Amino acid sequence: MVTTNEIWQLLEQVADPEIPVLTIVDLGIVRTVEIKDSTCIVTITPTYSGCPAMHVIEDEIKNALSSVIQTEVKSTLSPAWTTDWMSENGKIKLREYGIAPPENEVDKSVLFAKPTIVPCPKCNSKNTKMVSQFGSTACKAHYQCNACLEPFDYFKCLR
Amino acid sequence: MTVKEALFTYVLRIADDSLILGQRIAEWCGHGPILEEDIALTNISLDLIGQATNLYQFASELEENKRTEDQLAFLRVDREFSNALLVEQPNKDFGFTISRQFYFDAFRKLFFEALASSKDERLAAIAEKSLKETKYHLKHSSEWIIRLGDGTEESKKRIQEAINFHWKFTDELFFQNEIDTQLIDLDIAIPLTSLKANWLNYVVTVLHQATLEIPTNTFQQEGGRLGFHSEHLGYLLAEMQYMQRAFPNLEW
Repeated sequence: MVTTNEIWQLLEQVADPEIPVLTIVDLGIVRTVEIKDSTCIVTITPTYSGCPAMHVIEDEIKNALSSVIQTEVKSTLSPAWTTDWMSENGKIKLREYGIAPPENEVDKSVLFAKPTIVPCPKCNSKNTKMVSQFGSTACKAHYQCNACLEPFDYFKCLR
Repeated sequence: MTVKEALFTYVLRIADDSLILGQRIAEWCGHGPILEEDIALTNISLDLIGQATNLYQFASELEENKRTEDQLAFLRVDREFSNALLVEQPNKDFGFTISRQFYFDAFRKLFFEALASSKDERLAAIAEKSLKETKYHLKHSSEWIIRLGDGTEESKKRIQEAINFHWKFTDELFFQNEIDTQLIDLDIAIPLTSLKANWLNYVVTVLHQATLEIPTNTFQQEGGRLGFHSEHLGYLLAEMQYMQRAFPNLEW
């Protein structure tokens, strides 16, 4: 009989469909793994309410575990996902991939607050600017580096 | 009315606001004034439609799966929709789109903050999740109000016109009837009247910062919560529901 530890290891192979450099475990969207009556119940949570990847993620979890155990995937909204759950290893992988990982952000209620300083994932310069609060997916903002001119995605802080 | 029935109606109101506004903003897809705004508006639309999905799923369970979440969205007629009149108003131009969004986001943030402590766990979870997204939406719309108001002569004129136009739909955001009373007594629903002062305070602060006038007209239009809509909703539904009406049970 497969153990929950082994299942976690298998889930660490499942890539996020939108940011394939990260696994769903790196992202912190796998909340719990339980085995009940020889069925595995994996509970996941969406990053954003409208995350279109949830169905694909569910299928990929089932695929990854299909050879070892029958799997049921459940979704939960509470506690709501936060970027604080992203693993340190995940942050390193993101940066190497060219996406700036989440920084500690200023209070969103302050209008025109100086945007968070996000170092460029290419040249590490802190001289970057926010182009748009909303980027290529719900979880990202769009930045540009003033030093090397590289436009890049920033995985924005969600708390 | 049973608690379940009251809760169904209550959840549907929140869901309908999200869906109809989400559909409205989605009309900007490919038409944004600049690429970044195109992406911002469609991102916000996606958040809203995602919230609607979570809420319709809950509503569907509350009526014992009589209808699925998709049927609730795509197979009800305008009289069965309970969204506020504000969210069905046409996009018109970017100023009108931002003005509508600003009034709504300012309300929604306060609403979800309060709803996050609802005694109904499911509703509280949806609110907690949606609140994080709404904070981004409100920052976006508030900053645009200030940029446009404190911008050029033309942008100021047009955003002021939009702010004045939508004002008459803002009271309805705080609409309450016996459904609310029943659920407020159980600590499930939020007494909306308690949010009004904070909403007004926030709106006035931002409008001042934007050098805009606070609207003074006192006429207020209501009806959406009870299914009496403006002509605009029918056209929106016709487009949104076309596929399911023309090809029943079609799936992607």
